[in-house]
Amino acid sequence: MAGYILRRLLQAIPVLLGTTFLIYFMVFAMPGDPLLALFGDKTPSPALLESLRQQYHLDQPFIIQYFLYLGGIFHGDFGTSFSGEPVADILARTFPVTIRLAIMALIIEFVGGVLIGLVSGLRKGKLFDASALVVSLIFISLPIFVIAFVAQFIFGIQLGWARTTVSSGAPIQDLILPAFVLASITFAQIVRLTRASVIETQSLDFVRTAYGKGLSRRRIIPVHILRNSLIPVVTYAATDFGVLLVGATVTEGIFNVPGVGRTLYQAIVRGEGPTVVSFVTVMVLIYLVVNLVVDLLYGLLDPRIRYVK
Amino acid sequence: MPAFCTGGKLKIRRYGIGAIALVAASALALSGCASGSSTSTSASSSAVITANGSEPQNPLIPTNTNETGGGKILDSLFAGLVYYDATGKPVNDVADSITTDDAQTYTIKIKSGEKFTNGDPVTSSSFVDAWNYGANAANTQLNQSWFSIIQGFDETNPQTSLSGLKVVDDTTFTVTLTEPLSDFPLRLGYSAYYPLPKEAFDDMAAYGQNPIGNGPYKLASADAWKHNEQISLVANSDYTGGRKPVNGGVTFKFYASEDAAYADLLGGNLDILDSIPAASLANYKADLGDRAVNQPAAIFQSFTIPASLAHFGNNQEGQLRRAALSMAINRPEITKVIFQDTRTPASDFTSPVIDGWSDSLTGADVLTYNPDKAKALWAQADAISPWSGTFQIGYNSDSSHQVWVDAVSNSIKNTLGIDASGAPYPTFAEFRTAVTSGAITTAFRTGWQADYPGLYNFLQPLYATNASSNDGKYSSAEFDKILAQGASETDAAAANSDFQKAQEVLLKDLPAIPLWYANVTGGYADTVSNVQFGWNSVPLYYEVTKS
Amino acid sequence: MSNNPPTQTHYVAPLEETPLVAIDTVNVGERPSNLWIDAWRDMRRRPMFWISSVIILLVVLVALFPNLFTSVPPNDNCVLSNSNGAPTAEHILGFTKQGCDVFSRIIHGTSTSLSVGIIVTVLTTVLGILFGMFAGYYGGWLDSVLSRAGDIFFSIPYILAAVVIMSVFSAYRNVFVISLAIGIFAWPATARVLRAEIMRVKNSDYVMASQALGVSRFRILLRHVLPNSIAPVIVVTTISLGAAIVAEATLSFLGVGLPNTTMSWGNDISAAQSDLRTAPQTLIYPSLALSITVLSFIMLGEVVRDALDPKARAQR
Repeated sequence: MAGYILRRLLQAIPVLLGTTFLIYFMVFAMPGDPLLALFGDKTPSPALLESLRQQYHLDQPFIIQYFLYLGGIFHGDFGTSFSGEPVADILARTFPVTIRLAIMALIIEFVGGVLIGLVSGLRKGKLFDASALVVSLIFISLPIFVIAFVAQFIFGIQLGWARTTVSSGAPIQDLILPAFVLASITFAQIVRLTRASVIETQSLDFVRTAYGKGLSRRRIIPVHILRNSLIPVVTYAATDFGVLLVGATVTEGIFNVPGVGRTLYQAIVRGEGPTVVSFVTVMVLIYLVVNLVVDLLYGLLDPRIRYVK
Repeated sequence: MPAFCTGGKLKIRRYGIGAIALVAASALALSGCASGSSTSTSASSSAVITANGSEPQNPLIPTNTNETGGGKILDSLFAGLVYYDATGKPVNDVADSITTDDAQTYTIKIKSGEKFTNGDPVTSSSFVDAWNYGANAANTQLNQSWFSIIQGFDETNPQTSLSGLKVVDDTTFTVTLTEPLSDFPLRLGYSAYYPLPKEAFDDMAAYGQNPIGNGPYKLASADAWKHNEQISLVANSDYTGGRKPVNGGVTFKFYASEDAAYADLLGGNLDILDSIPAASLANYKADLGDRAVNQPAAIFQSFTIPASLAHFGNNQEGQLRRAALSMAINRPEITKVIFQDTRTPASDFTSPVIDGWSDSLTGADVLTYNPDKAKALWAQADAISPWSGTFQIGYNSDSSHQVWVDAVSNSIKNTLGIDASGAPYPTFAEFRTAVTSGAITTAFRTGWQADYPGLYNFLQPLYATNASSNDGKYSSAEFDKILAQGASETDAAAANSDFQKAQEVLLKDLPAIPLWYANVTGGYADTVSNVQFGWNSVPLYYEVTKS
Repeated sequence: MSNNPPTQTHYVAPLEETPLVAIDTVNVGERPSNLWIDAWRDMRRRPMFWISSVIILLVVLVALFPNLFTSVPPNDNCVLSNSNGAPTAEHILGFTKQGCDVFSRIIHGTSTSLSVGIIVTVLTTVLGILFGMFAGYYGGWLDSVLSRAGDIFFSIPYILAAVVIMSVFSAYRNVFVISLAIGIFAWPATARVLRAEIMRVKNSDYVMASQALGVSRFRILLRHVLPNSIAPVIVVTTISLGAAIVAEATLSFLGVGLPNTTMSWGNDISAAQSDLRTAPQTLIYPSLALSITVLSFIMLGEVVRDALDPKARAQR
């Protein structure tokens, strides 16, 4: 077990190198001169532009820029943004907020999705199942920005149940509404996955055996059916955690959450290479750890799955 | 087999209700645990107003800030030689007098006894040192070009001082320009010309995160700038100028989207908003009532057709086609339907809030919607050389331009019967690169927000031969001559009359097709009063009172 | 009373009369049972299969021949005086903000949106199955390589990918390019779900039995493990079809979508967002078209999943 974990952690090194390289290349490949955008609708003098280019190493070829960046990381220097703030500080203030938001969204979508999916699966073809499908469909067919606007308008402005945007410091009560909105994206997937898995598990021999043994449904449903149905759901939810970390751009923008999605989006649009790469690097690390935890969780959910031979 | 089937047919309605209860309980638990950690609002000093802002793109150094997010903050933190009142008229702030005989050499006297918030006196060297710093190529300041009018400026070779700047004594200095420029005193309210305290030059990077100024407000604390969240300013009791705050301070909350800011205004979390998002233009008047603001501002919007484009050269065909396009655009309808009257159809190349603006220039009828004449002119141009293809307008799609570009394209399409559409660029950087490199092969959107309230600022940078922001590469000897004449006039009225004549040349050539002036749209909460918006679309925060 | 002597010599039924004979007798004439043929037999008996198929067929027809369904050209005669206008006899769903016909734009946008949905789904499913299948079944170093490759792809923010791909291919900003931008970084989710399911299924008794019978590993994977692990993939796939169409709308919202000369439901939904409060109908109709399409694919996926699950089938 320990050997397996160690091996997985070592694999992080090539993944990190691969990702940073790929991202740096993509930022580099983005057409347009990020420095020109600093001047708005005005055009800077060529000499000033040239000096700025040197200052940000943008006059260097791609591979040199990449190694300059990598070299900086080894000295604990992630670079600075155009606004003069060290990228390390940006990471330190945005990740805690977004992780908090992502965990809240994950709990909401997981608990809500699994429960509704379970009931749907057990009552396949019944009214509850059909209603759950309709609700899921609404969430699927409306883009996140519509859901976010509507939620903000109804719960924030008209009913006044929640704060319209997140206040300074991003306290948990302000994050509830954005978390529900974020959860709505994947909610449908979790419901459908759980439902399908429950339907399949229900017909398996050990479940029939359990009923045959006269075990109560109260015991069979959580222990036999649910536990054995969770593997695809947990896997999907874990991949979603990654999406929640970076993909919350729109939601974070609408609710003004000072988190990763919003900051990363600005950095991408502004072409701030070091900021983008540093964000994604931290993201990859979190993502690798989450995946490792999920892989270990499989063993708990289904003892037949083992990694150590 | 049937024995097992009952497993699937359980009555689990009970279970369903349980599920809902569980979700509700977890939601309660979340909000419950949260209520304990609720952040306390500063109810004690209720006089601090909150206003929308955006994270400054650059460190807060006057010579390095060229966008509105940082500019708004700097204008509150600093007092320059002059400030602009609500109408854009310059009023002495730190300056005592600004005098000249020839519009080329200026003698500037400043008030004595002015202080920075760290206690240092504001002297003539506070200005001269700051300007020299901004002009020095080694410092790569974004506002470097503002000093190019001063004698001795060299944009490539680093130099520590400009020969045109001379300190006479602690309260007097002289400025010599490379050529006569009558509107120089008018420019001095722009943030690039603010003074800097001595301590700034020791460590400019640290200063940019925690600036010390001499203006109506100062930073509330050393860590007042919470990146991407907000910056808190409090009134500076040492400030003696005309912008004395009547409130305790301003907190600028940074928003990534105007929609979020608008939601906060309606939700009671924001006092003043200076831009209504496109998605709420249809509702904001109903939402805000008499607290809605919609007044002209110094923003001019247009699209530019580069002279290099086939069929649009600086010749008879090009002029006919430009005039035809201009007359094919139904400006009043677009500003009404798309912008809900928050834009004003253009009648010149400047803005109605600028002194010297006129809506009756000779040739301004080319800006009136006239489908029949448009068709006739286009047909005349076709007789010279037949048109084929699609007329496209380039824009950056990371901002809300698509809706009006589509409307303008449709107007052209419906009037002239040609194919017309928008040509989006994903990012602003890519769009500007295509424009400035000359690689763009379509017309493209252009806009100008005045840095200082003068006609010259709308004309010289955009249309003078080889000027910095002349993106269409327009060149007209006649226009250049009249413009230069206006710049050297010492009488403001005579200068404005020259600038109007220069625009009549533009109306013939139409290097850019004027569309409309963007109004300032905003609103405020019922907790504040005496909210007035200035010529530059920014509220006069110092006048606002909060109950 | 009968004179006939009792013919019955057993107290139990003769072997021929018991159902057990069906188990013990091998009917040589019948073709061996095949999962896919069985599934088809099962599916065609279900009304849900036919309903969803007819809707999908109709949507495909609309996509291929939009002019059969509307005679109004979608982008001509868009005049602002009709902005957000109410329905008329000729324009049955009213007008968009730009004064274009809503119904016509939906009909003409079908091919783009459906193509984006299908291309993205095929792309993510094929890549996801290939990576997930081998990673989950063979494990070991192959799993490490494939899974970590997935990690790299998955950690690229899709906004960045979309901006870069849409910019680099700015001359060809079409359905394929945007599908690539959406799909190329989305497949690891499918791969991971399949991988997990395969790791679970490969330890099942019937797989062990096949191994004991000496069936080759690859054949077991294709014939037994994959079909029994595919259910969650079908669920993810049918929903991601809708998610892809919606993702196109979100990309339009962020300014990196298709140019608006290309009609699509996503473009219309994104454009309608600014009038959410004053003219919600311009948003609702394209969303409804999207919902119906996604619903029919989900229903079809449901039928296929059921049909592929012999045990669930037998229970009915």
